[in-house]
Amino acid sequence: MSGTTDTEPMVQVEGLHKMFGDLHVLKGVDLEVPRGSVCVVLGPSGSGKSTLLRCVNELEEITGGRIRVDGELMGYREVTKNGRTVLHRLHPKVVARQRARIGMVFQRFNLFPHMTALENVMEAPVQVLGVPKAQARTRAAELLERVGLADRAGHYPAQLSGGQQQRVAIARALAMDPELMLFDEPTSALDPELVGEVLSVMRDLARSGMTMMVVTHEIGFAREVADAVVFMDEGVIVEEGPPEQVLGDPQHERTKSFLAHVL
Amino acid sequence: MALPGQNAPDRAVDPSDPVPDRIHARPVPRPGRWISAVVLLVLAAMAVHGLVTNEKFRWDVVWLYLRDVNVVRGVGWTLLLTFGSMVIAIVLAVGLAVMRRSDNPVMKSVSWTYIWFFRGTPIYTQLVFWGLLAVLYPRLSLGVPFGPEFFEFRTQDVITAFWAALFGLALNEAAYLAEIVRAGLGSVDPGQSEAARALGMKDRKILTRIVLPQAMRVIVPPTGNETISMLKTTSLVLAVPFTLDLTYATNAIGNRTFLPIPLLMVAAFWYLLITSILMVGQYYIERYYGRGFGDQSSGPRRRKGGPGGRRRGKPSRQDLIAASGTTKDDPFLEVTP
Repeated sequence: MSGTTDTEPMVQVEGLHKMFGDLHVLKGVDLEVPRGSVCVVLGPSGSGKSTLLRCVNELEEITGGRIRVDGELMGYREVTKNGRTVLHRLHPKVVARQRARIGMVFQRFNLFPHMTALENVMEAPVQVLGVPKAQARTRAAELLERVGLADRAGHYPAQLSGGQQQRVAIARALAMDPELMLFDEPTSALDPELVGEVLSVMRDLARSGMTMMVVTHEIGFAREVADAVVFMDEGVIVEEGPPEQVLGDPQHERTKSFLAHVL
Repeated sequence: MALPGQNAPDRAVDPSDPVPDRIHARPVPRPGRWISAVVLLVLAAMAVHGLVTNEKFRWDVVWLYLRDVNVVRGVGWTLLLTFGSMVIAIVLAVGLAVMRRSDNPVMKSVSWTYIWFFRGTPIYTQLVFWGLLAVLYPRLSLGVPFGPEFFEFRTQDVITAFWAALFGLALNEAAYLAEIVRAGLGSVDPGQSEAARALGMKDRKILTRIVLPQAMRVIVPPTGNETISMLKTTSLVLAVPFTLDLTYATNAIGNRTFLPIPLLMVAAFWYLLITSILMVGQYYIERYYGRGFGDQSSGPRRRKGGPGGRRRGKPSRQDLIAASGTTKDDPFLEVTP
Protein backbone atom coordinates (compact mmCIF):
# COMPACT_ATOMS: atom_id res chain seq x y z
CA MET A 1 0.00 0.00 0.00
CA SER A 2 1.13 3.51 -0.59
CA GLY A 3 1.55 5.87 2.29
CA THR A 4 -1.89 6.97 3.31
CA THR A 5 -2.88 9.72 5.61
CA ASP A 6 -6.19 10.38 7.27
CA THR A 7 -6.70 13.55 5.30
CA GLU A 8 -6.35 11.79 1.97
CA PRO A 9 -9.72 11.04 0.37
CA MET A 10 -10.91 7.43 0.36
CA VAL A 11 -11.87 7.61 -3.31
CA GLN A 12 -10.15 9.79 -5.88
CA VAL A 13 -11.43 9.75 -9.44
CA GLU A 14 -9.46 11.74 -11.99
CA GLY A 15 -10.50 12.33 -15.59
CA LEU A 16 -12.40 9.05 -15.77
CA HIS A 17 -13.58 7.99 -19.21
CA LYS A 18 -15.45 4.84 -20.01
CA MET A 19 -16.50 3.67 -23.45
CA PHE A 20 -18.57 0.62 -24.29
CA GLY A 21 -17.52 0.15 -27.87
CA ASP A 22 -18.48 3.45 -29.50
CA LEU A 23 -20.74 4.47 -26.66
CA HIS A 24 -19.08 7.14 -24.54
CA VAL A 25 -20.65 6.65 -21.13
CA LEU A 26 -18.32 8.57 -18.84
CA LYS A 27 -16.76 11.68 -20.31
CA GLY A 28 -14.19 12.90 -17.83
CA VAL A 29 -15.38 12.47 -14.27
CA ASP A 30 -13.44 13.97 -11.37
CA LEU A 31 -14.61 13.15 -7.88
CA GLU A 32 -13.28 12.88 -4.36
CA VAL A 33 -14.98 11.07 -1.52
CA PRO A 34 -13.46 11.88 1.88
CA ARG A 35 -13.00 9.18 4.50
CA GLY A 36 -16.09 8.44 6.55
CA SER A 37 -18.36 10.47 4.30
CA VAL A 38 -21.42 9.52 2.34
CA CYS A 39 -21.55 10.54 -1.30
CA VAL A 40 -24.91 10.18 -3.02
CA VAL A 41 -24.86 10.11 -6.81
CA LEU A 42 -28.05 11.26 -8.50
CA GLY A 43 -28.98 11.52 -12.12
CA PRO A 44 -31.36 10.32 -14.80
CA SER A 45 -30.97 6.77 -16.11
CA GLY A 46 -28.24 6.54 -18.68
CA SER A 47 -26.27 9.32 -17.03
CA GLY A 48 -23.43 6.92 -16.16
CA LYS A 49 -23.83 6.85 -12.40
CA SER A 50 -23.95 3.07 -12.11
CA THR A 51 -21.03 2.77 -14.50
CA LEU A 52 -19.04 5.15 -12.30
CA LEU A 53 -19.67 2.90 -9.31
CA ARG A 54 -18.77 -0.23 -11.24
CA CYS A 55 -15.54 1.38 -12.43
CA VAL A 56 -14.53 2.13 -8.83
CA ASN A 57 -14.88 -1.58 -8.09
CA GLU A 58 -13.13 -2.59 -11.34
CA LEU A 59 -16.19 -4.48 -12.53
CA GLU A 60 -15.72 -2.39 -15.66
CA GLU A 61 -12.35 -1.82 -17.27
CA ILE A 62 -11.85 1.94 -17.48
CA THR A 63 -10.94 3.55 -20.81
CA GLY A 64 -9.12 6.60 -19.48
CA GLY A 65 -8.21 8.37 -16.27
CA ARG A 66 -7.23 7.12 -12.84
CA ILE A 67 -9.15 5.77 -9.87
CA ARG A 68 -7.50 5.59 -6.47
CA VAL A 69 -9.05 3.97 -3.44
CA ASP A 70 -7.28 4.56 -0.15
CA GLY A 71 -4.44 6.07 -2.17
CA GLU A 72 -3.95 2.89 -4.20
CA LEU A 73 -4.30 3.02 -7.98
CA MET A 74 -7.02 0.57 -9.00
CA GLY A 75 -6.37 -2.05 -11.66
CA TYR A 76 -3.03 -0.73 -12.88
CA ARG A 77 0.55 -0.21 -11.85
CA GLU A 78 2.40 2.93 -12.95
CA VAL A 79 5.91 2.21 -14.17
CA THR A 80 8.15 5.17 -14.92
CA LYS A 81 10.86 4.43 -17.43
CA ASN A 82 13.11 7.09 -18.98
CA GLY A 83 10.79 9.78 -17.73
CA ARG A 84 7.74 8.16 -19.37
CA THR A 85 4.97 6.65 -17.32
CA VAL A 86 3.53 3.42 -18.62
CA LEU A 87 0.56 1.59 -17.15
CA HIS A 88 0.75 -2.15 -16.55
CA ARG A 89 -2.43 -4.09 -16.02
CA LEU A 90 -2.47 -5.75 -12.60
CA HIS A 91 -2.71 -9.52 -12.32
CA PRO A 92 -6.30 -10.70 -11.67
CA LYS A 93 -5.20 -11.97 -8.25
CA VAL A 94 -4.13 -8.47 -7.23
CA VAL A 95 -7.31 -6.98 -8.66
CA ALA A 96 -9.33 -9.49 -6.63
CA ARG A 97 -7.46 -8.38 -3.50
CA GLN A 98 -8.26 -4.74 -4.28
CA ARG A 99 -11.93 -5.58 -4.77
CA ALA A 100 -12.06 -7.49 -1.50
CA ARG A 101 -11.59 -4.21 0.36
CA ILE A 102 -14.63 -2.65 -1.31
CA GLY A 103 -18.13 -3.82 -0.51
CA MET A 104 -20.78 -3.66 -3.21
CA VAL A 105 -24.55 -3.91 -3.01
CA PHE A 106 -26.45 -4.49 -6.24
CA GLN A 107 -29.85 -3.40 -7.43
CA ARG A 108 -30.95 -7.01 -7.85
CA PHE A 109 -29.26 -8.22 -4.65
CA ASN A 110 -27.39 -11.04 -6.42
CA LEU A 111 -27.45 -13.26 -3.37
CA PHE A 112 -26.20 -16.78 -3.99
CA PRO A 113 -29.50 -18.67 -4.30
CA HIS A 114 -28.02 -22.07 -3.41
CA MET A 115 -26.80 -20.88 -0.03
CA THR A 116 -28.73 -19.87 3.07
CA ALA A 117 -28.57 -16.29 4.31
CA LEU A 118 -25.90 -17.29 6.83
CA GLU A 119 -23.86 -19.15 4.20
CA ASN A 120 -24.09 -16.15 1.87
CA VAL A 121 -22.53 -13.95 4.53
CA MET A 122 -19.88 -16.55 5.47
CA GLU A 123 -18.82 -17.34 1.91
CA ALA A 124 -16.34 -14.57 1.14
CA PRO A 125 -14.55 -14.44 4.52
CA VAL A 126 -14.00 -18.22 4.37
CA GLN A 127 -13.14 -18.48 0.67
CA VAL A 128 -11.22 -15.24 0.18
CA LEU A 129 -9.71 -14.38 3.55
CA GLY A 130 -9.38 -17.94 4.84
CA VAL A 131 -11.23 -17.21 8.06
CA PRO A 132 -12.00 -20.44 9.99
CA LYS A 133 -15.60 -21.53 9.45
CA ALA A 134 -16.66 -21.38 13.09
CA GLN A 135 -15.36 -17.86 13.43
CA ALA A 136 -16.97 -16.77 10.15
CA ARG A 137 -20.27 -18.27 11.28
CA THR A 138 -20.25 -16.33 14.54
CA ARG A 139 -19.42 -13.12 12.72
CA ALA A 140 -22.04 -13.76 10.05
CA ALA A 141 -24.67 -14.30 12.74
CA GLU A 142 -23.66 -10.98 14.33
CA LEU A 143 -23.95 -9.19 10.99
CA LEU A 144 -27.36 -10.70 10.28
CA GLU A 145 -28.44 -9.50 13.69
CA ARG A 146 -27.13 -6.05 12.87
CA VAL A 147 -29.34 -5.90 9.77
CA GLY A 148 -32.26 -7.29 11.79
CA LEU A 149 -32.35 -10.77 10.26
CA ALA A 150 -31.02 -13.02 13.02
CA ASP A 151 -34.13 -15.19 12.71
CA ARG A 152 -33.69 -15.66 8.96
CA ALA A 153 -30.18 -17.11 8.99
CA GLY A 154 -31.31 -20.55 7.82
CA HIS A 155 -33.50 -19.30 4.99
CA TYR A 156 -32.61 -19.42 1.33
CA PRO A 157 -32.83 -16.14 -0.60
CA ALA A 158 -35.96 -17.35 -2.42
CA GLN A 159 -37.68 -17.58 0.96
CA LEU A 160 -36.93 -13.95 1.85
CA SER A 161 -38.66 -10.76 0.78
CA GLY A 162 -36.80 -8.30 -1.42
CA GLY A 163 -36.01 -6.03 1.51
CA GLN A 164 -34.71 -8.95 3.54
CA GLN A 165 -32.59 -10.14 0.62
CA GLN A 166 -31.05 -6.72 0.22
CA ARG A 167 -30.24 -6.55 3.93
CA VAL A 168 -28.54 -9.95 3.69
CA ALA A 169 -26.60 -8.57 0.72
CA ILE A 170 -25.45 -5.64 2.86
CA ALA A 171 -24.40 -8.03 5.64
CA ARG A 172 -22.55 -10.12 3.05
CA ALA A 173 -20.59 -7.08 1.90
CA LEU A 174 -19.85 -6.01 5.47
CA ALA A 175 -18.47 -9.45 6.30
CA MET A 176 -15.33 -8.53 4.36
CA ASP A 177 -14.74 -5.51 6.65
CA PRO A 178 -14.64 -3.16 3.67
CA GLU A 179 -13.22 0.33 3.93
CA LEU A 180 -15.65 1.53 1.29
CA MET A 181 -19.20 0.50 0.47
CA LEU A 182 -20.78 0.99 -2.95
CA PHE A 183 -24.56 0.87 -3.31
CA ASP A 184 -25.89 0.58 -6.85
CA GLU A 185 -29.56 1.57 -6.68
CA PRO A 186 -30.09 -0.65 -3.64
CA THR A 187 -33.81 0.09 -3.31
CA SER A 188 -34.86 0.37 -6.96
CA ALA A 189 -35.96 -3.27 -7.20
CA LEU A 190 -38.01 -3.17 -4.02
CA ASP A 191 -41.69 -2.76 -3.34
CA PRO A 192 -42.29 0.68 -1.84
CA GLU A 193 -43.10 -0.61 1.63
CA LEU A 194 -39.79 -2.52 1.77
CA VAL A 195 -37.57 0.44 0.89
CA GLY A 196 -37.58 1.85 4.40
CA GLU A 197 -36.00 -1.19 6.08
CA VAL A 198 -33.05 -1.14 3.67
CA LEU A 199 -32.54 2.61 3.98
CA SER A 200 -32.60 2.35 7.75
CA VAL A 201 -29.77 -0.22 7.67
CA MET A 202 -27.82 2.09 5.35
CA ARG A 203 -28.45 5.04 7.64
CA ASP A 204 -27.03 3.12 10.61
CA LEU A 205 -24.06 2.15 8.52
CA ALA A 206 -23.40 5.78 7.58
CA ARG A 207 -23.63 6.77 11.24
CA SER A 208 -21.03 4.17 12.15
CA GLY A 209 -18.54 6.08 10.00
CA MET A 210 -18.46 3.91 6.89
CA THR A 211 -17.36 5.62 3.68
CA MET A 212 -20.19 5.14 1.22
CA MET A 213 -20.97 5.89 -2.41
CA VAL A 214 -24.68 5.52 -3.08
CA VAL A 215 -26.41 5.65 -6.44
CA THR A 216 -30.09 6.12 -5.69
CA HIS A 217 -33.28 7.93 -6.48
CA GLU A 218 -34.19 8.33 -2.81
CA ILE A 219 -33.90 12.09 -2.47
CA GLY A 220 -35.05 11.95 1.15
CA PHE A 221 -32.19 9.63 2.01
CA ALA A 222 -29.74 11.89 0.19
CA ARG A 223 -30.95 14.94 2.06
CA GLU A 224 -30.76 13.24 5.44
CA VAL A 225 -27.64 11.11 5.22
CA ALA A 226 -25.40 12.45 2.44
CA ASP A 227 -22.37 14.62 3.14
CA ALA A 228 -22.11 15.36 -0.55
CA VAL A 229 -24.52 15.01 -3.43
CA VAL A 230 -23.29 14.59 -6.97
CA PHE A 231 -25.63 15.14 -9.89
CA MET A 232 -24.61 13.45 -13.13
CA ASP A 233 -25.99 13.78 -16.62
CA GLU A 234 -24.73 12.41 -19.92
CA GLY A 235 -21.50 11.10 -18.46
CA VAL A 236 -20.33 14.21 -16.63
CA ILE A 237 -20.82 15.63 -13.18
CA VAL A 238 -23.13 18.61 -13.63
CA GLU A 239 -23.25 19.76 -10.07
CA GLU A 240 -21.91 18.69 -6.70
CA GLY A 241 -21.96 19.95 -3.15
CA PRO A 242 -23.66 19.50 0.20
CA PRO A 243 -27.23 18.18 -0.08
CA GLU A 244 -28.90 21.38 1.06
CA GLN A 245 -27.16 23.21 -1.77
CA VAL A 246 -27.61 20.72 -4.62
CA LEU A 247 -31.08 19.60 -3.59
CA GLY A 248 -32.30 22.84 -2.05
CA ASP A 249 -30.84 25.38 -4.39
CA PRO A 250 -29.73 23.71 -7.62
CA GLN A 251 -27.85 25.98 -10.00
CA HIS A 252 -28.12 24.04 -13.23
CA GLU A 253 -31.17 23.72 -15.40
CA ARG A 254 -30.72 19.97 -15.75
CA THR A 255 -30.51 19.46 -11.99
CA LYS A 256 -33.60 21.57 -11.50
CA SER A 257 -35.66 19.68 -14.04
CA PHE A 258 -34.48 16.30 -12.72
CA LEU A 259 -35.37 17.19 -9.15
CA ALA A 260 -38.71 18.56 -10.29
CA HIS A 261 -39.46 15.16 -11.81
CA VAL A 262 -38.26 13.08 -8.88
CA LEU A 263 -39.61 15.06 -5.96
CA MET B 1 -79.79 -36.48 -6.43
CA ALA B 2 -78.88 -35.33 -2.92
CA LEU B 3 -77.89 -38.22 -0.74
CA PRO B 4 -78.70 -38.19 2.93
CA GLY B 5 -75.97 -36.68 5.04
CA GLN B 6 -74.56 -34.65 2.18
CA ASN B 7 -76.84 -31.66 2.49
CA ALA B 8 -75.12 -28.57 3.78
CA PRO B 9 -77.35 -28.13 6.88
CA ASP B 10 -76.63 -31.69 8.00
CA ARG B 11 -72.87 -31.21 8.00
CA ALA B 12 -71.36 -30.58 11.40
CA VAL B 13 -69.71 -27.15 11.47
CA ASP B 14 -66.30 -27.24 13.02
CA PRO B 15 -66.20 -24.29 15.41
CA SER B 16 -62.40 -24.08 15.25
CA ASP B 17 -62.45 -23.62 11.47
CA PRO B 18 -61.45 -20.03 10.69
CA VAL B 19 -63.45 -20.17 7.47
CA PRO B 20 -67.13 -19.84 8.47
CA ASP B 21 -68.66 -21.31 5.33
CA ARG B 22 -65.93 -23.57 4.02
CA ILE B 23 -66.63 -24.81 0.51
CA HIS B 24 -66.98 -28.57 0.13
CA ALA B 25 -67.77 -28.66 -3.55
CA ARG B 26 -67.95 -31.88 -5.54
CA PRO B 27 -65.18 -32.14 -8.12
CA VAL B 28 -65.96 -31.88 -11.82
CA PRO B 29 -66.87 -35.40 -12.99
CA ARG B 30 -64.17 -36.91 -15.18
CA PRO B 31 -65.68 -40.11 -16.58
CA GLY B 32 -63.14 -40.10 -19.42
CA ARG B 33 -60.35 -40.82 -16.96
CA TRP B 34 -62.09 -43.88 -15.58
CA ILE B 35 -62.94 -45.21 -19.00
CA SER B 36 -59.44 -44.69 -20.37
CA ALA B 37 -57.92 -46.25 -17.24
CA VAL B 38 -60.07 -49.33 -17.64
CA VAL B 39 -59.27 -49.60 -21.35
CA LEU B 40 -55.56 -49.30 -20.65
CA LEU B 41 -55.72 -51.87 -17.86
CA VAL B 42 -57.38 -54.32 -20.22
CA LEU B 43 -54.74 -53.64 -22.88
CA ALA B 44 -51.99 -54.07 -20.30
CA ALA B 45 -53.50 -57.35 -19.15
CA MET B 46 -53.58 -58.52 -22.75
CA ALA B 47 -49.94 -57.58 -23.23
CA VAL B 48 -48.87 -59.37 -20.05
CA HIS B 49 -50.93 -62.38 -21.03
CA GLY B 50 -49.32 -62.39 -24.44
CA LEU B 51 -45.88 -62.32 -22.87
CA VAL B 52 -46.42 -64.82 -20.08
CA THR B 53 -48.31 -67.47 -21.97
CA ASN B 54 -46.16 -67.38 -25.10
CA GLU B 55 -43.89 -70.38 -24.75
CA LYS B 56 -41.38 -68.99 -27.25
CA PHE B 57 -40.20 -66.59 -24.57
CA ARG B 58 -39.10 -69.55 -22.47
CA TRP B 59 -39.52 -67.90 -19.10
CA ASP B 60 -37.90 -70.86 -17.41
CA VAL B 61 -34.71 -70.13 -19.36
CA VAL B 62 -35.00 -66.40 -18.62
CA TRP B 63 -35.31 -67.12 -14.92
CA LEU B 64 -32.39 -69.54 -15.04
CA TYR B 65 -29.98 -67.17 -16.79
CA LEU B 66 -31.10 -64.05 -14.96
CA ARG B 67 -28.90 -65.21 -12.10
CA ASP B 68 -26.22 -66.84 -14.22
CA VAL B 69 -22.66 -66.12 -13.08
CA ASN B 70 -21.60 -64.80 -16.47
CA VAL B 71 -24.65 -62.57 -16.74
CA VAL B 72 -24.24 -61.09 -13.28
CA ARG B 73 -20.55 -60.57 -13.98
CA GLY B 74 -21.55 -58.88 -17.23
CA VAL B 75 -23.80 -56.57 -15.24
CA GLY B 76 -20.81 -55.70 -13.05
CA TRP B 77 -18.59 -54.89 -16.04
CA THR B 78 -21.35 -52.86 -17.68
CA LEU B 79 -21.82 -50.86 -14.49
CA LEU B 80 -18.07 -50.34 -14.18
CA LEU B 81 -17.83 -49.14 -17.79
CA THR B 82 -20.87 -46.88 -17.40
CA PHE B 83 -19.83 -45.17 -14.19
CA GLY B 84 -16.11 -45.17 -14.96
CA SER B 85 -16.57 -43.57 -18.34
CA MET B 86 -19.16 -41.10 -17.05
CA VAL B 87 -16.87 -39.94 -14.23
CA ILE B 88 -13.96 -39.43 -16.62
CA ALA B 89 -16.28 -37.76 -19.13
CA ILE B 90 -17.74 -35.35 -16.56
CA VAL B 91 -14.29 -34.23 -15.42
CA LEU B 92 -13.19 -33.75 -19.03
CA ALA B 93 -16.45 -32.04 -19.95
CA VAL B 94 -16.21 -29.43 -17.20
CA GLY B 95 -12.67 -28.68 -18.35
CA LEU B 96 -13.75 -28.45 -21.99
CA ALA B 97 -16.74 -26.25 -21.18
CA VAL B 98 -14.63 -23.87 -19.12
CA MET B 99 -12.03 -23.74 -21.90
CA ARG B 100 -14.73 -23.07 -24.46
CA ARG B 101 -16.01 -20.12 -22.42
CA SER B 102 -12.59 -18.67 -21.59
CA ASP B 103 -11.22 -15.67 -23.43
CA ASN B 104 -8.01 -17.53 -24.15
CA PRO B 105 -8.11 -18.22 -27.93
CA VAL B 106 -5.81 -21.26 -27.63
CA MET B 107 -8.04 -22.98 -25.07
CA LYS B 108 -11.16 -22.05 -26.98
CA SER B 109 -9.97 -23.61 -30.22
CA VAL B 110 -8.65 -26.74 -28.49
CA SER B 111 -12.03 -27.27 -26.90
CA TRP B 112 -13.90 -26.53 -30.10
CA THR B 113 -11.75 -28.95 -32.11
CA TYR B 114 -12.14 -31.71 -29.53
CA ILE B 115 -15.91 -31.40 -29.51
CA TRP B 116 -16.03 -31.14 -33.28
CA PHE B 117 -14.03 -34.34 -33.74
CA PHE B 118 -15.45 -36.58 -31.01
CA ARG B 119 -19.04 -35.59 -31.66
CA GLY B 120 -18.60 -35.75 -35.39
CA THR B 121 -17.32 -39.33 -35.72
CA PRO B 122 -19.32 -42.44 -34.81
CA ILE B 123 -18.69 -43.95 -31.39
CA TYR B 124 -18.42 -47.38 -33.01
CA THR B 125 -15.59 -46.21 -35.24
CA GLN B 126 -13.86 -44.60 -32.29
CA LEU B 127 -14.06 -47.80 -30.28
CA VAL B 128 -12.68 -49.85 -33.20
CA PHE B 129 -9.88 -47.32 -33.47
CA TRP B 130 -8.97 -47.53 -29.77
CA GLY B 131 -8.99 -51.30 -30.06
CA LEU B 132 -6.67 -51.11 -33.06
CA LEU B 133 -4.32 -48.68 -31.38
CA ALA B 134 -1.91 -51.46 -30.49
CA VAL B 135 -1.82 -52.49 -34.15
CA LEU B 136 -1.47 -48.97 -35.50
CA TYR B 137 1.11 -47.91 -32.93
CA PRO B 138 2.72 -51.04 -31.46
CA ARG B 139 5.10 -48.99 -29.35
CA LEU B 140 4.33 -45.69 -27.66
CA SER B 141 7.14 -43.50 -26.47
CA LEU B 142 7.53 -40.15 -24.85
CA GLY B 143 10.19 -37.85 -26.12
CA VAL B 144 11.00 -34.84 -28.28
CA PRO B 145 9.50 -35.13 -31.79
CA PHE B 146 12.28 -36.21 -34.19
CA GLY B 147 14.61 -36.08 -31.16
CA PRO B 148 15.52 -38.34 -28.26
CA GLU B 149 12.99 -40.56 -26.51
CA PHE B 150 12.72 -40.64 -22.74
CA PHE B 151 10.84 -43.92 -22.34
CA GLU B 152 8.70 -46.22 -24.38
CA PHE B 153 6.32 -49.10 -23.81
CA ARG B 154 4.42 -51.67 -25.76
CA THR B 155 0.93 -50.38 -26.46
CA GLN B 156 -0.84 -53.65 -25.86
CA ASP B 157 0.66 -53.93 -22.37
CA VAL B 158 -0.80 -50.62 -21.29
CA ILE B 159 -3.96 -50.18 -23.31
CA THR B 160 -5.83 -53.39 -22.71
CA ALA B 161 -9.30 -54.00 -24.09
CA PHE B 162 -10.89 -52.72 -20.88
CA TRP B 163 -8.98 -49.44 -20.84
CA ALA B 164 -9.56 -48.93 -24.54
CA ALA B 165 -13.29 -49.45 -24.01
CA LEU B 166 -13.40 -47.23 -20.93
CA PHE B 167 -11.53 -44.33 -22.48
CA GLY B 168 -13.15 -44.80 -25.86
CA LEU B 169 -16.57 -44.32 -24.26
CA ALA B 170 -15.37 -41.53 -21.96
CA LEU B 171 -13.65 -39.43 -24.62
CA ASN B 172 -16.70 -39.60 -26.85
CA GLU B 173 -19.13 -38.83 -24.05
CA ALA B 174 -17.04 -35.88 -22.85
CA ALA B 175 -17.74 -34.06 -26.10
CA TYR B 176 -21.49 -34.31 -25.60
CA LEU B 177 -21.35 -33.51 -21.91
CA ALA B 178 -19.13 -30.49 -22.56
CA GLU B 179 -21.98 -28.89 -24.48
CA ILE B 180 -24.41 -29.72 -21.67
CA VAL B 181 -22.06 -28.19 -19.09
CA ARG B 182 -21.55 -25.15 -21.31
CA ALA B 183 -25.29 -24.62 -21.52
CA GLY B 184 -25.50 -25.01 -17.74
CA LEU B 185 -22.77 -22.47 -17.07
CA GLY B 186 -24.45 -20.08 -19.48
CA SER B 187 -27.75 -20.41 -17.65
CA VAL B 188 -26.42 -18.84 -14.45
CA ASP B 189 -27.26 -15.16 -14.02
CA PRO B 190 -24.13 -13.11 -14.77
CA GLY B 191 -24.97 -11.08 -11.65
CA GLN B 192 -23.85 -14.09 -9.64
CA SER B 193 -20.25 -14.09 -10.79
CA GLU B 194 -20.28 -10.31 -10.62
CA ALA B 195 -21.33 -10.37 -6.98
CA ALA B 196 -18.66 -12.99 -6.27
CA ARG B 197 -16.05 -10.89 -8.05
CA ALA B 198 -17.08 -7.82 -6.06
CA LEU B 199 -16.42 -9.86 -2.91
CA GLY B 200 -12.86 -10.47 -4.10
CA MET B 201 -13.27 -14.10 -5.16
CA LYS B 202 -10.93 -15.41 -7.83
CA ASP B 203 -12.14 -16.99 -11.07
CA ARG B 204 -11.55 -20.56 -9.93
CA LYS B 205 -13.45 -20.05 -6.69
CA ILE B 206 -16.27 -18.28 -8.52
CA LEU B 207 -16.57 -21.29 -10.82
CA THR B 208 -16.46 -24.00 -8.17
CA ARG B 209 -18.36 -22.26 -5.39
CA ILE B 210 -20.89 -20.05 -7.15
CA VAL B 211 -21.45 -20.79 -10.83
CA LEU B 212 -21.06 -24.58 -11.09
CA PRO B 213 -23.37 -25.43 -8.14
CA GLN B 214 -26.09 -23.32 -9.73
CA ALA B 215 -25.40 -24.68 -13.20
CA MET B 216 -25.86 -28.21 -11.82
CA ARG B 217 -29.59 -27.61 -11.74
CA VAL B 218 -29.51 -27.38 -15.53
CA ILE B 219 -26.72 -29.93 -16.02
CA VAL B 220 -28.07 -32.85 -13.96
CA PRO B 221 -31.23 -33.82 -15.92
CA PRO B 222 -29.53 -34.17 -19.32
CA THR B 223 -26.52 -35.82 -17.64
CA GLY B 224 -28.86 -38.40 -16.12
CA ASN B 225 -30.16 -38.93 -19.60
CA GLU B 226 -26.62 -39.37 -20.91
CA THR B 227 -25.82 -41.85 -18.11
CA ILE B 228 -28.81 -43.99 -19.03
CA SER B 229 -27.85 -43.73 -22.67
CA MET B 230 -24.26 -44.68 -21.76
CA LEU B 231 -25.50 -47.77 -19.94
CA LYS B 232 -26.70 -49.10 -23.25
CA THR B 233 -23.90 -47.66 -25.36
CA THR B 234 -21.55 -49.91 -23.39
CA SER B 235 -23.01 -52.76 -25.45
CA LEU B 236 -20.92 -51.41 -28.36
CA VAL B 237 -17.64 -52.25 -26.65
CA LEU B 238 -17.52 -55.50 -28.59
CA ALA B 239 -16.07 -53.23 -31.30
CA VAL B 240 -12.86 -52.92 -29.26
CA PRO B 241 -13.35 -55.93 -28.69
CA PHE B 242 -14.17 -56.09 -25.00
CA THR B 243 -16.23 -59.19 -24.37
CA LEU B 244 -17.34 -59.22 -20.75
CA ASP B 245 -20.19 -56.72 -20.73
CA LEU B 246 -23.85 -57.64 -20.29
CA THR B 247 -24.90 -57.62 -23.94
CA TYR B 248 -21.93 -59.70 -25.09
CA ALA B 249 -22.37 -62.13 -22.20
CA THR B 250 -26.06 -62.73 -22.90
CA ASN B 251 -25.55 -62.90 -26.65
CA ALA B 252 -22.81 -65.47 -26.17
CA ILE B 253 -25.08 -67.65 -24.04
CA GLY B 254 -27.95 -67.13 -26.46
CA ASN B 255 -25.86 -68.25 -29.41
CA ARG B 256 -24.42 -71.21 -27.56
CA THR B 257 -27.81 -72.49 -26.37
CA PHE B 258 -29.69 -71.53 -29.56
CA LEU B 259 -32.07 -69.53 -27.33
CA PRO B 260 -31.40 -65.90 -28.33
CA ILE B 261 -34.80 -64.52 -27.37
CA PRO B 262 -34.87 -65.51 -23.67
CA LEU B 263 -31.33 -64.18 -23.32
CA LEU B 264 -32.33 -60.87 -24.91
CA MET B 265 -35.08 -60.73 -22.31
CA VAL B 266 -32.48 -61.31 -19.60
CA ALA B 267 -30.36 -58.43 -20.87
CA ALA B 268 -33.40 -56.17 -21.25
CA PHE B 269 -34.46 -56.97 -17.70
CA TRP B 270 -31.09 -56.00 -16.26
CA TYR B 271 -30.83 -52.80 -18.30
CA LEU B 272 -34.32 -51.83 -17.19
CA LEU B 273 -33.53 -52.56 -13.54
CA ILE B 274 -30.31 -50.50 -13.58
CA THR B 275 -32.07 -47.64 -15.39
CA SER B 276 -34.79 -47.63 -12.73
CA ILE B 277 -32.18 -47.38 -9.97
CA LEU B 278 -30.41 -44.59 -11.87
CA MET B 279 -33.67 -42.66 -12.13
CA VAL B 280 -34.13 -42.81 -8.37
CA GLY B 281 -30.58 -41.53 -7.91
CA GLN B 282 -31.21 -38.73 -10.38
CA TYR B 283 -34.27 -37.65 -8.44
CA TYR B 284 -32.22 -37.15 -5.28
CA ILE B 285 -29.37 -35.39 -7.08
CA GLU B 286 -31.85 -33.02 -8.73
CA ARG B 287 -33.45 -32.31 -5.39
CA TYR B 288 -30.07 -31.54 -3.84
CA TYR B 289 -29.08 -29.04 -6.53
CA GLY B 290 -32.57 -27.57 -6.63
CA ARG B 291 -32.23 -26.30 -3.07
CA GLY B 292 -32.93 -22.61 -2.76
CA PHE B 293 -34.57 -22.49 -6.19
CA GLY B 294 -38.19 -22.35 -5.23
CA ASP B 295 -38.22 -26.07 -4.53
CA GLN B 296 -39.46 -25.70 -0.99
CA SER B 297 -39.81 -29.41 -0.23
CA SER B 298 -36.64 -29.37 1.85
CA GLY B 299 -37.50 -26.14 3.67
CA PRO B 300 -34.98 -23.80 5.22
CA ARG B 301 -31.98 -25.66 6.46
CA ARG B 302 -31.76 -26.02 10.20
CA ARG B 303 -28.35 -26.01 11.72
CA LYS B 304 -27.86 -27.49 15.13
CA GLY B 305 -26.99 -24.76 17.62
CA GLY B 306 -26.95 -22.19 14.84
CA PRO B 307 -29.13 -19.13 14.93
CA GLY B 308 -32.36 -18.89 13.03
CA GLY B 309 -33.94 -21.82 11.28
CA ARG B 310 -37.62 -22.52 11.05
CA ARG B 311 -39.77 -23.18 14.03
CA ARG B 312 -40.63 -26.85 14.06
CA GLY B 313 -43.86 -27.76 12.37
CA LYS B 314 -44.69 -24.24 11.31
CA PRO B 315 -43.90 -23.67 7.66
CA SER B 316 -43.36 -20.09 6.61
CA ARG B 317 -45.86 -18.16 4.55
CA GLN B 318 -43.62 -18.31 1.50
CA ASP B 319 -43.25 -22.09 1.90
CA LEU B 320 -46.99 -22.55 1.86
CA ILE B 321 -47.53 -20.26 -1.10
CA ALA B 322 -44.79 -22.04 -3.01
CA ALA B 323 -46.15 -25.46 -2.04
CA SER B 324 -49.50 -24.58 -3.56
CA GLY B 325 -47.79 -24.53 -6.93
CA THR B 326 -49.82 -21.64 -8.24
CA THR B 327 -46.98 -19.12 -8.30
CA LYS B 328 -43.89 -19.01 -10.45
CA ASP B 329 -40.57 -20.29 -9.11
CA ASP B 330 -39.09 -16.84 -9.23
CA PRO B 331 -36.74 -15.62 -6.49
CA PHE B 332 -37.60 -12.05 -7.48
CA LEU B 333 -41.30 -12.56 -7.06
CA GLU B 334 -41.72 -9.62 -4.72
CA VAL B 335 -39.68 -7.39 -6.94
CA THR B 336 -41.15 -4.82 -9.24
CA PRO B 337 -38.26 -3.57 -11.35
